[in-house]
Amino acid sequence: MLYVNIQKTLPYFQLDVTVEVGNEIVVLFGSSGAGKTTILNSVAGLVQPDAGLIQLHETVFFETNKKPLPTRKRRLGYLFQDYALFPHMTVEKNISYGMKGNPDGNQQAFLSQLLSILGIRHLLQKYPHQISGGEKQRVALARALAGKPDVLLLDEPLSALDAGTRRQCQDELLDLHRLWQIPVLLVTHDEQEAQRLGNRILEIEQGKIAGTKSVVGTNTTEVPLVVYKNNEKK
Amino acid sequence: MNVHPLILSVKVAGIATVIVFIVGVSMAFLLARRSFIGKSVIESLFLLPLVLPPTVVGFGLLVLFGKNGWIGKWLIDWFDIQIVFTWVGAVIASVVVAFPLMYQAASAAFQTLDEKLEQAARTMGASEWKVFWTVSFPLAWPGVLAGLVLSFARALGEFGATLMIAGYIPGQTDTLPIAIYFAAEAGQMEQATGWVIIIIALGFSAMMWLNWWGRRNMRRFAQRER
Repeated sequence: MLYVNIQKTLPYFQLDVTVEVGNEIVVLFGSSGAGKTTILNSVAGLVQPDAGLIQLHETVFFETNKKPLPTRKRRLGYLFQDYALFPHMTVEKNISYGMKGNPDGNQQAFLSQLLSILGIRHLLQKYPHQISGGEKQRVALARALAGKPDVLLLDEPLSALDAGTRRQCQDELLDLHRLWQIPVLLVTHDEQEAQRLGNRILEIEQGKIAGTKSVVGTNTTEVPLVVYKNNEKK
Repeated sequence: MNVHPLILSVKVAGIATVIVFIVGVSMAFLLARRSFIGKSVIESLFLLPLVLPPTVVGFGLLVLFGKNGWIGKWLIDWFDIQIVFTWVGAVIASVVVAFPLMYQAASAAFQTLDEKLEQAARTMGASEWKVFWTVSFPLAWPGVLAGLVLSFARALGEFGATLMIAGYIPGQTDTLPIAIYFAAEAGQMEQATGWVIIIIALGFSAMMWLNWWGRRNMRRFAQRER
């Protein structure tokens, strides 16, 4: 269970959201500049909220007036909007960056599975500047998943893919999620994608949760549809 | 031909470059992303040797490291080490005049680095130490290397400050530029010409290499922007 309650003053508005994410995919949906990425960055510890509480299971990431947990100890998988692949490392080195030491048999098998699912095995020895935008995105997704994170943050994960590959990757993402059952926060402004991937969709406007959208896709599970009002305590 | 000045010069410039590299890169990395009151004062101080006459730098060093200087007196009292009129003095002079070049190059390299990449490394569990050695430093390396070459060239050519703190003791503190000056003054033009050719060759190849390296990196970045 990921619990996020944050307040932060941004240049144009006050960000104030409370959201609880079970082992489900919660979509943050809204136009650009609504504060969606700031929410992800707060969970990742790349920016610090002014106040609030961020907690994953028993681990407190952030609490008002306490020292925040360093990003590296949060066991995250974060797919950045512009991928942030290391330009001086091969695809293989990029993907295995978060792994400690030499991967054992299990990890090897997992990596291998990941590479075939995302169809990037043939790119392993290439550098990021040698591959296309869609390929970069899939590599970045593989890198975010490779460390077997406890929580997944995806910022526009599939925006650079063509319709066919996109649909395929959405399916793979749903499959992986069924297998892993971890909290996923996904940012998008594509309504179709939100409908297909999200267990719940939260509309973000000007830093506030404006409402929820019902999910008509096939991904609805028994997770109850809950939206917390702003400032409601856990 | 007397090769001692060449060997001494390479030794002095080499040691100075190593010191400048370590201090310059760490200072640049620590200061590049921070802003605090007095930062511009500190940075101006770092860059000051670039605009001061080398004799002023040499004068300052004499005041600090001379027999009655703050550091010089302390070194003699506690370790019985004298800096003035030794090759170590020449190293110190070279360090001070070359430092701004290294600092400036490294600072620019760290500032243009995409911070997202370091953050991405942190989300994958990397410690600050690992982030520096696997991401920040390798990506800043082209800029740092340019600063390194310039620093070495500057250290090799250092004359004014070196003459003031290390003097001219043949066989001990006669670095190439100083040896050239005294040979020419004594009318030994042949001797001086030999050394002049050596130092021009060294400087020229350093600049040629730097040029080539710069163009190579431009190509690399152009590819990246595809």
